[in-house]
Amino acid sequence: MNKPHLATPYVVWIIGFTVLPLLFVLYYGLTDASGNFTLANIAAIADPIHLKALWLSLLLAFIATTVCLIIAYPLAMIMRKLNLSKGSFIVMLLILPMWMNHLLKTLAWQLLLSNNGIFNTIFVALGMEPVQMLNTSGAIVLGMIYDFLPFMILPIFNALTRIDKDVIDAARDLGANSLTVFRRIILPLSMPGIISGITMVFVPSMTSFVISDILGGGKILLIGNVIEQEFNKTFNWHLGSGISIILMIFVIASMSLMSRRGDKEGGAALW
Amino acid sequence: MKKIFAVVLTIACLFAFTACGSDAETLKIISLGEYMSYDVLEQFTEETGIEIKYEEAPTSEEIYTKYMSGGLDYDLICISDYMIEKLIAAGELAEINFDNVPNVANIKDIYMENSKDFDPENKYSIPYFWGTLGIFYNTEMIDEPITKWADLWQEKYSGKIIMMSSMRDTFAAALAQLGYSINSTDEKELNEALQLLLAQKPLVMAYYVDEAVDEMLLGSAAISMMYSGQAYYTMSLADHDNFAFVVPEEGSNIWIDSYVITNRCDNKEAAEKFLNFINREDIATQLFEEVMYATANELVYDAIEDEELKLEEALFPQDASVDRCDVFKALDDTGMELYSKLWKQLKAE
Repeated sequence: MNKPHLATPYVVWIIGFTVLPLLFVLYYGLTDASGNFTLANIAAIADPIHLKALWLSLLLAFIATTVCLIIAYPLAMIMRKLNLSKGSFIVMLLILPMWMNHLLKTLAWQLLLSNNGIFNTIFVALGMEPVQMLNTSGAIVLGMIYDFLPFMILPIFNALTRIDKDVIDAARDLGANSLTVFRRIILPLSMPGIISGITMVFVPSMTSFVISDILGGGKILLIGNVIEQEFNKTFNWHLGSGISIILMIFVIASMSLMSRRGDKEGGAALW
Repeated sequence: MKKIFAVVLTIACLFAFTACGSDAETLKIISLGEYMSYDVLEQFTEETGIEIKYEEAPTSEEIYTKYMSGGLDYDLICISDYMIEKLIAAGELAEINFDNVPNVANIKDIYMENSKDFDPENKYSIPYFWGTLGIFYNTEMIDEPITKWADLWQEKYSGKIIMMSSMRDTFAAALAQLGYSINSTDEKELNEALQLLLAQKPLVMAYYVDEAVDEMLLGSAAISMMYSGQAYYTMSLADHDNFAFVVPEEGSNIWIDSYVITNRCDNKEAAEKFLNFINREDIATQLFEEVMYATANELVYDAIEDEELKLEEALFPQDASVDRCDVFKALDDTGMELYSKLWKQLKAE
């Protein structure tokens, strides 16, 4: 069954849409407008504005990931307890939002959170003061959580359903209480799911520019917005690529950190 | 051997992507958003047999990026003034043979004259729609008349002010207020403008372009920077009398969106046929009625029977307002870098 030519379409795909674009980014990032080698675009990350944007991106992504984990883990536990099959209705409900366009969902939040939006209308009807929710860091984090939560739940749920019930029963027979079972059996065995969930939420949150643009009202600058501006508004592809390289280093660093943790716990990341 | 095969196939694929569709009787057009009537495109194909591939992008910057990245060979572009200047400077445009476009005579002289700011000899561009940058406000939420840019800095409107998320426009509001040219690239002047904008930022609800329409309609915002045609569009969706549009007294920007032919166009005659077609009176009327921006076509304007419509500032900014306005000049690389830096500074605060 060794037919390497069957892999040709994938090779073409990877070269055309992953390797070549990466090489372009590297080329642009390491050259100036006249094509000479320079490190200035990389060093530009030291600019206080860029550093601040990078820091804020990391912070918001960290908060969003933590909240996702706190929501997703108990939920996945409950789903496991309910003995849901992977095609069940509740699992479908969780996957369903992923079928919808990411942009559309974010725009919907804009309408919900707006000054005269649906939430504030309800608040006012209940006799409360309207709250400024849109165009804050909180709104951006909310958008990230909403958009990426399924990517946290599903890998954890997958990992949890793979745990053999006999292992848990055996632990109980040997006198372990619920806490010990969780700490010594369930948590370690679900670690690959947690790690893949964290990566799947943290990386897109950190690099997103659409969510911060729509829910931040253009008042909050994340590192993704800096890159978008350099490419789309000021045509400085060199600077945009330089900062993209920095961002890629952060993504690779966080992923390798995570996958190392994953290997130690046994089992490759799911998903 | 397999590896070589894979590599060859890859290269072949890449060529296939770039080389597709150089059919002589097809025109590829890219335009600013919501600026075309699909009926008009169909009619053109019916009359001439020339197929059209039409696509839109929300900003001139995006069109420029798309075009310059070289992936697609657009024949015709509909884009804003200062970008035309940039395209001319880059040598990307083809001179229009006006003998093939007799309907260009329908364009009002003043717009050809204004076009000289970015197309000095009127060789490359034909004005399509135009307008100004101004302030749009809700007269139910604001009971005094708004007249100047400084009104966008009033603390009593805190949290209900929308500025533009395009850097030239928002800086223009600050520069004009300080009495400087909206085309300033002077570092000191721009820094003063930045300080002014930074002082305003806590009052600003958001920096938007298209979303400003929704937020004004919802009543979430009371006062917003807006383009004239966009302001008219917003009014048309609501009770017209609840809104007003004004071109601030400190001066502002007049913009002209024009059609140009690129030098990648391999069927210039077809492109000129299209330009002639959209400037024909019946077609230009149809376009105006559907797009509802200020038309540059004199015959269409003169044929408007509704005198009130002609006096509608939000649609056709009046002569007195236009006199206060300047066309944006293209920024050179240093100017662009400076603007970009200051813009990021404003956003990061």
